[in-house]
Amino acid sequence: MYWKSFDEFAHMGGYGLYVWGSYFVTLAVMLAESHLAARRQRRALALIAEGGTA
Amino acid sequence: MNDAKLRWSRFAAPSRFYALAGRSIPWCWAVALLLGAAGLWIGFAIAPTDFQQGDAYRIIFIHVPAAWMAMLIYMVMAFWAAVGWMMNTRMASMYARALAPTGALMTFIALWTGALWGKPTWGTWWVWDARLTSFFILLLLYIGYIALTEAIDDVRRAANAGALLALVGAVNVPIIYFSVRWWNTLHQGATISATAAPKMASTMLTAMLLMTFSFWAYSFAVALTRARAIVLEQESDTEWVRALPQRA
Repeated sequence: MYWKSFDEFAHMGGYGLYVWGSYFVTLAVMLAESHLAARRQRRALALIAEGGTA
Repeated sequence: MNDAKLRWSRFAAPSRFYALAGRSIPWCWAVALLLGAAGLWIGFAIAPTDFQQGDAYRIIFIHVPAAWMAMLIYMVMAFWAAVGWMMNTRMASMYARALAPTGALMTFIALWTGALWGKPTWGTWWVWDARLTSFFILLLLYIGYIALTEAIDDVRRAANAGALLALVGAVNVPIIYFSVRWWNTLHQGATISATAAPKMASTMLTAMLLMTFSFWAYSFAVALTRARAIVLEQESDTEWVRALPQRA
C-alpha cells in the first residue's frame, strides 16, 4: 500500500482529476446501462402481463 | 447427427434461451463484481507507481479492457448478425442487436479514458492519429447500426440491413488493431502481444487482466438482460411468452 492517507490516495500524485474522472464516468455509464437494460426487460414483461404486445 | 441438430435448435429457440439466460445473469454479475473488486485492489493497492507516468497510468486498468471489449463485441455482433442473415435465425439477430449498445458503451469508455490519459501524458485530449481515428469510426459504426436497426419496423428487414452494415464495418476492427504498426501514431504500440514478453510489471498485468474478465462478465450480464427484453418484445404474440406472467 503506497498511500499514507486518503487525501494522498484521492490526489493520485497530482493526476486525481484524470484518474477519478476516468473511473467515475466508467462506473456511472455502466450503472446507467445495466439499469436501462433491466428496466426494458421489466417493462416488456409488464406489457405482456397486461395482455398487450410489447 | 440428427440428435446434434435437435439439440442445436433447442438452444436457438427463444424460449430456451430466455430461461437459460435468466439463470446465468446473476452468475455473470457475481463474476463481474468479484473480479472487478480484485482487479481494483491489485491495481490501486499493490501495483506500484509508474516511474515515467506517475499514477496517471492507473487509467490503463479500465482503458485497455474497455478497448478490447469494444473490438471483441463488434466481431461477435457482426458474427451473429451474419448468422441471422444467412441462416434466417431470429435468435442470432436478436443477439446482435442486444450486443450493440454494450459495444458502443465500451467504445465510449475507451475514448473517454483515453482522452483523460492523453491530456497529462501527451499534452492533448485528442489527436487525429490512425488509432484514435479508427476507434472513433468504431463508435460511429455502433451508433449507425443501432440507428439503422431501430429505424426499420419490420424485424427481419431491420436485421438484414443491420447485418450488411455490421459486416462492412468489420473491416475497421483489424485496421484498429494494426493501426499502431501500419502508421506512425502518437498512440503507443500493443501492450500485450503473443510474440513478446509483456512490457509491464506483473502486478499491473494481473490487475489489467482481472479487469478485462470483469468487463467481459459485465458485458455478458447486460447483453443477456437486453436480449431477454428483445425476445419478449419480438415474441410477444407466442404462446410461451403469454404464459410467462402467470408463472412469475
